[in-house]
Amino acid sequence: MEIKAGESYGFFTDTSVCIGCKACEVACKEWNQLEGNEPAFLADSFDNTGQLDAQNWRHVKFYDRVPDRSTTSGNGTAFLMMSDVCKHCQHASCMEVCPTNAIIRTEFNTVFIQQDVCNGCRNCVAACPYSVIAINQKTGTAHKCTLCYDRLQGGLEPACAKACPTQSIQFGPLSQLQQTADARLEALHSQGVTQAQLYGRDDKVYGGLNAFFLLMDKPEAYGLPNAENAVLPSRNNIGGYAGAVITAVVGVVAGLVAFRRRRMA
Amino acid sequence: MFLAAEHFVRAPDWEWFILGYFFLAGLSGGAYVIATLLRLSGDPRDEPAARLGFYTSFVLIPLCPLLLTADLGAGWWKFWHMLVNVTPGNAGLNFKYWSPMSVGVWLLLVFSIFATLSALGAWLADRRGREGPPLLGPLSVAFNVVGALAGLFLASYTGVLLSVSNQPVWSDTWTLGGLFLASGLSGAAALIALLTRYRPEAVYSLVRLRLADGYFSLLELILLIAFFVTVVNAGTGARTIATAPLWALALVGLAASLVGLRAEGRRMRPSGGGGGGAAVASVGANAILVSMLVLIGVLALRAAVIFSGQ
Repeated sequence: MEIKAGESYGFFTDTSVCIGCKACEVACKEWNQLEGNEPAFLADSFDNTGQLDAQNWRHVKFYDRVPDRSTTSGNGTAFLMMSDVCKHCQHASCMEVCPTNAIIRTEFNTVFIQQDVCNGCRNCVAACPYSVIAINQKTGTAHKCTLCYDRLQGGLEPACAKACPTQSIQFGPLSQLQQTADARLEALHSQGVTQAQLYGRDDKVYGGLNAFFLLMDKPEAYGLPNAENAVLPSRNNIGGYAGAVITAVVGVVAGLVAFRRRRMA
Repeated sequence: MFLAAEHFVRAPDWEWFILGYFFLAGLSGGAYVIATLLRLSGDPRDEPAARLGFYTSFVLIPLCPLLLTADLGAGWWKFWHMLVNVTPGNAGLNFKYWSPMSVGVWLLLVFSIFATLSALGAWLADRRGREGPPLLGPLSVAFNVVGALAGLFLASYTGVLLSVSNQPVWSDTWTLGGLFLASGLSGAAALIALLTRYRPEAVYSLVRLRLADGYFSLLELILLIAFFVTVVNAGTGARTIATAPLWALALVGLAASLVGLRAEGRRMRPSGGGGGGAAVASVGANAILVSMLVLIGVLALRAAVIFSGQ
């Protein structure tokens, strides 16, 4: 595949074929030279990674769905597994609030944090609705998946997609990935898997996600905000400032009344 | 408890430095506003207290950028990245009107200029005489009014900044900007009242400073109720339970102001013997206690909000 600047690229993560092998996590750490956190036993299913953070730019989530009773062959779902990653949102909350403009959109239409520009104010951490961004304790700057920006510039696909043994993570031009996703969804629905749905394929979630997913349940089951809750932080600007302005007017009037009151007395 | 889906977010770990900044920004902005209002009251006998307000604002404001830069993860030397875009090929100033942090940094800079020049003006006027009119008369007052607008913004935007996020509690309410402003004004009035001990001519304004403090606290109380109503409606009210002691301290500060309001309201009645003499008498231990409780309450309120959301 030829990777060209000026075209939109992304990931299509098909959770229906994820086997939870974590090859994506390993490949990501290898390529990006992430040291990883101290090993810990989280007692949370097969997950000892825990969360996306400055050292984990891919995280395979395990949602325990072991059924109470046995199901017919081929229809059991013991786990929902999902290789989570930065969504590279079209309307990115982190980009919106970043005061230094350290967070930019690259020539591949992905979201990238410039390490030499970021000053570690952490406004993006508070804004990201997916808990993707975290502060690297060594550099003091915000870190997240770069969608292997350096590999794309060299004409290589991202490490996680290359390492995925089941093609759960697919990389490519966004338009091509969307067609692939549509076909896969149609196939699943025709097989009676009606709960399958695409997340971030269209513009209902943050204007569309460059890293979008095929889910086997509703987004909330994976800890993802649904379309109704996928709202940018700036939604609170008007209400917040309106409250402040009204308070300012009332406060100034109250102050003037207090300071002029002696005259009335 | 199942939180709304947009609340699956990581805390930014804004803690002690940011708490200190929010506290001092509220007091500095509030002190400037109160000093300006005292000048606008039209009574030259309020001028010493007004100057005290400008001095207070000026002394506090340099601490604000110090705390902000100390909090930056990448080091204080990158503070200027907030103001100047250093992205190669995109050189220019950074200003995002939709990002309260970006607007706030610029307003902090602008307000610092107003606070410095106003304090300088107060100092020069003091050299001529402690009870004379302000330098340049109406022109100075007009300058102060513009500075007070910046002060109002500085004291309030920190609350809006918290709201413009995807954090629980913070993003669930529209009240934080107003709440921080009312609390900052109240704290500033209490602080200036406290400092009148060191500037006897300013004691003339003391009773009305405490009256104003009470009015601001009434406003704060209304906003505090609105805050709890909004976060409980959003389903995140339970997150405020862990910070209950801080909320209690904030309420003690509010109560102190309101008790002061009641006492000063009585004093202001014609039969109550209002005026300078009565005010001088009130600069006692009780007045100091009330001011200290109010200031602790202002700090506790911000701490309660900050730590409830993280």
